[in-house]
Amino acid sequence: MSDNAHQTDVIIVGAGPVGLFAVFELGLLGLKTHLVDILDRIGGQCAELYPEKPIYDIPGIPVCTGQELTDKLMEQIAPFDPQFHLSEMAEELTRLDNGHWRLKTDAGTVLEAPVLVIAAGGGSFVPKKPHLEGLDDYEGESVFYAVRQMERFRDKSVLVAGGGDSALDWFIALQPIARKIALVHHRDGFRAAPHSVEAMRAIVAEGKGELHIAQMKGLEGTAPHLTGVRLEGKETGAFVHECDMLLPFYGLTMKLGPVAEFGINLEQNLIPVDTAKFESNVPGIFAIGDINTYPGKLKLILSGFHEAALMSQAAFKIARPGERLRFQYTTSSSELQKKLGVR
Amino acid sequence: MKILVTDGHGVEHEIEATDGWTVMEMIRDAGLPIKAECGGSCVCATCHVIVEADWFAKLPEKTEEEVDMLDLALEVFDTSRLSCQIEFDPSLDGLKVTLAPDAIM
Repeated sequence: MSDNAHQTDVIIVGAGPVGLFAVFELGLLGLKTHLVDILDRIGGQCAELYPEKPIYDIPGIPVCTGQELTDKLMEQIAPFDPQFHLSEMAEELTRLDNGHWRLKTDAGTVLEAPVLVIAAGGGSFVPKKPHLEGLDDYEGESVFYAVRQMERFRDKSVLVAGGGDSALDWFIALQPIARKIALVHHRDGFRAAPHSVEAMRAIVAEGKGELHIAQMKGLEGTAPHLTGVRLEGKETGAFVHECDMLLPFYGLTMKLGPVAEFGINLEQNLIPVDTAKFESNVPGIFAIGDINTYPGKLKLILSGFHEAALMSQAAFKIARPGERLRFQYTTSSSELQKKLGVR
Repeated sequence: MKILVTDGHGVEHEIEATDGWTVMEMIRDAGLPIKAECGGSCVCATCHVIVEADWFAKLPEKTEEEVDMLDLALEVFDTSRLSCQIEFDPSLDGLKVTLAPDAIM
């Protein structure tokens, strides 16, 4: 046991719909949970990829958006007071002498519990990286996929790449700070919010920033110090845009990440589980939702919900050895209704 | 009916085509390594394909949603499309596409 570690019953990696519903099923059995998610908000793919898109196959809910489903699940699990560690990546897993798991995140948070549940969907959401030779060598010094400290860009020549909200928002926000600011996008059309597009065009019209309709072809400089980016436009041809900072914003993609190093058996980046407990080959580590695989697996939210319920029964036996598991229905059990705060 | 899909190694695969299926679904069903992370909801760009020029002209126009989503592709080509947005019908028998780097697992 570490002094500064959070002690809980179950650590859940992934705060998407399946991880959230696992909080409910575990909570009914009296188990406390901590969740870790690399995104800065709760809801996983539902919130990140399709917050506004309709979902029609949640039993009993004819239609809801990804965001609505997330909100409803948060309401449903509120009585169990789950603890969230957002914008943190589950990085390092070790087994303690008492058989419990210790999970460290990239932010230094330490969680300890007898049970670990991987509900990480398609893996960690990470920024998409442009296919430019040597890009990695410039990261952290000249190339960034997010702006954490604006001061870092003061008096720099900054090139922002992309056509969405992140790209335009940072082009606009960094313009007063940067020595020179430019935006590169492959077409003269932007999917960012109309007011952002207007603000960007105003900056360009006033000569306070440049807009290049082109694609990035290569980097110039001596890593990690960038001196320019090679651009190629249909009308302008190839040229070098001089700059010392590059901010590419092409959205997110999913990578399995450090979970691959946890010592769990993997099959094509999925975790094979049994269909009675949804446990991996490592006792005490479970996998539910899109990240697991078994004969007949369907990547549906509703399958993940079922998996969460069965996993919870098995998790209870590990977290509460020697205790009897009483199977009860929320409709009739006054004990469960008390836990839910409705009685 | 068939479509021809070139993978990340430059190898061409002949895939049996099914009327009404999207090109992404047929590629995925054939077991080729296509990311297609969002599963066909047109909210990522990881089913990005480059369509052979002659065939590109025969495809229905991109919707505004697809044009917007293509902005997330790391490099956009003249004949870039999102394969989840191309629904197959018999007029597309023989369609030729190449998986773009974004789509390769």
